[in-house]
Amino acid sequence: MLEFPRWKVIWLWMITLVCVIAAIPSLTSTMGLSWPTALPEPKVNLGLDLAGGSHILLEADPSQVRQQRIEGMEESVRTKLRQDGKNIRISDISNRDGALTFVVAEPAQVDAVREAILPLTNGAGLTGQRDWDINVSDGNRFILKPTDAGVDQAVTQAMDTAVEVVRKRIDALGTKEPTIIRSGPTRIVVQVPGLQDPQALKNLLGQTAKLEFKLVDTAALPSDVAQGIAPAGSEIVPFISPAEGGGMPAIAVKRLGGIRGDQLTNAQQTNNQQTNEPVVNITFNTEGGAKFAKLTTQNTGKQFAIILDGKVLSAPTINEPILGGSAIISGRFTAESANALAISLRSGALPVDLKVVEERTVGPDLGADSIRRGMIAMGVGTLALMVFIFVTYGRFGMYANVALIVNVLMILGIMAVINTTLTLPGIAGFVLTIGAAVDANVLINERIREERHRGRKVVAAVEMGYKEASRAIFDANITNVIAAVLMFAFGSGPVKGFAIVLMIGIVTSVFTAVTLTRMWVMQWLRRARPADLNL
Amino acid sequence: MKLLKLVPDDTNIHFLKWRVPFYVVSMILIAASWGLVLTKGLNLGVDFVGGQMIRVTFERSPAAPVVELREQVDKLGYGEPIIQRYGKPNEISIRMKLPEGADSDAALSDKMARTITADIKKNHPDARIDGVDSVSGKVSKELGWDAFKALGFAALAVAAYIWIRFEWQFGVGALFALFHDVSLTLGLFAITGMEFDLNIVAALLTLIGYSLNDTIVVYDRIRENMKKFRKMPMPELLDLSVNETLARTIVTSLSILITLAALLLLGPDVIFGFTAAITLGIFVGTYSSIYMAAPILIWLKVNPNSFVPTETALEKQERLAREGV
Repeated sequence: MLEFPRWKVIWLWMITLVCVIAAIPSLTSTMGLSWPTALPEPKVNLGLDLAGGSHILLEADPSQVRQQRIEGMEESVRTKLRQDGKNIRISDISNRDGALTFVVAEPAQVDAVREAILPLTNGAGLTGQRDWDINVSDGNRFILKPTDAGVDQAVTQAMDTAVEVVRKRIDALGTKEPTIIRSGPTRIVVQVPGLQDPQALKNLLGQTAKLEFKLVDTAALPSDVAQGIAPAGSEIVPFISPAEGGGMPAIAVKRLGGIRGDQLTNAQQTNNQQTNEPVVNITFNTEGGAKFAKLTTQNTGKQFAIILDGKVLSAPTINEPILGGSAIISGRFTAESANALAISLRSGALPVDLKVVEERTVGPDLGADSIRRGMIAMGVGTLALMVFIFVTYGRFGMYANVALIVNVLMILGIMAVINTTLTLPGIAGFVLTIGAAVDANVLINERIREERHRGRKVVAAVEMGYKEASRAIFDANITNVIAAVLMFAFGSGPVKGFAIVLMIGIVTSVFTAVTLTRMWVMQWLRRARPADLNL
Repeated sequence: MKLLKLVPDDTNIHFLKWRVPFYVVSMILIAASWGLVLTKGLNLGVDFVGGQMIRVTFERSPAAPVVELREQVDKLGYGEPIIQRYGKPNEISIRMKLPEGADSDAALSDKMARTITADIKKNHPDARIDGVDSVSGKVSKELGWDAFKALGFAALAVAAYIWIRFEWQFGVGALFALFHDVSLTLGLFAITGMEFDLNIVAALLTLIGYSLNDTIVVYDRIRENMKKFRKMPMPELLDLSVNETLARTIVTSLSILITLAALLLLGPDVIFGFTAAITLGIFVGTYSSIYMAAPILIWLKVNPNSFVPTETALEKQERLAREGV
């Protein structure tokens, strides 16, 4: 029993050492010491509730993606039927109420239409599911409805793109170490440590940056436009400010035939040389430039509207074809808003609008103060605890205390290596695991006392103490593991933070409080061969 | 060195003698807690009801001008604020409902936060804005539901594990002790009106973990004694088990209380409510392991032979062979 195989001793020390070393960078950084830059530097990140910073939860609306798909399908159907050359006429087109509906003028052509649009409605995925349901009612009215599976897939794609766009925009802002992660099917979490005023960030993320150039429908009657009535084939788009519209709140533009401003190679904030007003200079890529040249060539002398996120920035007249592949967008910007637009355009449009549904900002003073006082309190608390344990259990208490310190370092080390974040609830997890670790040693030591009291010899008493106490320790820790795993699976934010520390802490506390102390006690017993225990 | 011994050897306190009165008192406390929670309600933070919370410290004032602030913020036309001190008297949180339509336009809640903080800074130059939380109604509902699910599933799974390792009566007992602890802590939050937010849920989880640890230690000893003393009547056996683990219970509870006392007295104010909840939980949890989790085993009639090893077919053959049949 006193034998502790050498290979086991070496292993235990190695595991301990590795974890403890991993904890060093986290400790030195809080004490303001430096760590050689050549070495890897695993560090425990402090959560925003401790270190200060901004947390923003963005949410997309899947119904918007659905609507976009329906509008896109309208374009595709029109193009397809036009290209078919069968002179199929459709009318009464509607993209409202979650479906695209249209009427085929000639009932005899219904089958031809169905055949033509069928390829458009198949899913792109390998699963073979259909992206659209096609129904024909009243003999010649087509109803195309996007399936939920198709929409879900589109939402996933849109969110993947959105995360990339968000990342580009935040990087362009030059913020340090942002965390950007998907959360559930329609959400993105953005966390920026140390950021105090998230306003600029939110402005940037709140802008979808969908830029469009559409021809103005000059045939629309101003009185109709004022009432929001658009002529057939046109839509009413509001001006970004009434001043831009020369007193008109909105303008009618043609729904089709415009181009999207998403094929850009660059966008820069500059100043208009005549008025010194901040403007955004955009440069198209080859394809975009060609489309823009075609639009301006075919419509020279006409008025077109520059539309950003559904609002008209300006509606200038095309004086001459623009063939150089670049354009200047003005729209009563401030230097900041022009710069934000330039960043947004450079990073690409968000495929879907993102709304802020949760926002938390913690001031740096509060954070720094919390950490300092938290450290002092933990230090004092741990010291007092160790004194108490030492006066209660003497040598055995000292082993328990050393194990406790090793335990704390190991938890920190493992957290640093797997790159977790320590939050306030995480500290609660810490308190609980330290409690459990102390309890394990108390259980063992009390049991050894008991066995001695019953008259067992020293070695047998120690052996029994560890053996009998281990059962309760095992059951207690397994229940905690079960609880922690479920909390991690079902909980959010703080509950998760608590569960992570608990899971790590359970493993390390059993290791230190049971395995390590047993090794030390056994080594001491073999060395000193005490006839009695002062316990 | 003379070691500290808080509990003498061989204590023989008849804990279980008082089990009925203690149960009655605990039942009344549980009922009262739920009564309070249902009538007075918990002071739910923005995490659970949505809204905006602004935390402010008045750096050069001994106490925050709460009454004055309430009037000033009220005048801004966003509705009446809930202003509360937490930690030190010069630290407050201001809670507001989100303005109408903020669910579809986040700019509205931004504007509210800016208006309120600017107003406070104008009237009180020493005000330091420590944080702003805005949680929409939708997200807050989910946060509440997630926390509830996490707690519920964890409690049930743990009870199931105890059932497997011990007997079903032990599982029920542990679950009941948990219910007792959580109820009383919620009652405390209802009666004091301390803010109940997601961090407090983590505190609840901590006390559940601790209480469970305690319950299992007592149960383990009961299991051991049930194997050893098959003929001993249950109340006596429970008393013996509680007495045998008494020293451990006292030392462990004291150890944790020492650490928590340091956090309460010296720790950051933001975690005061949190630490207070855990501290209370240690007392409640220790009490419940002895007086809630143990006596229930008597009433649920645990089979005294539950943990006696049963003979397998092979062992029976061997025994019969040994006996020469």
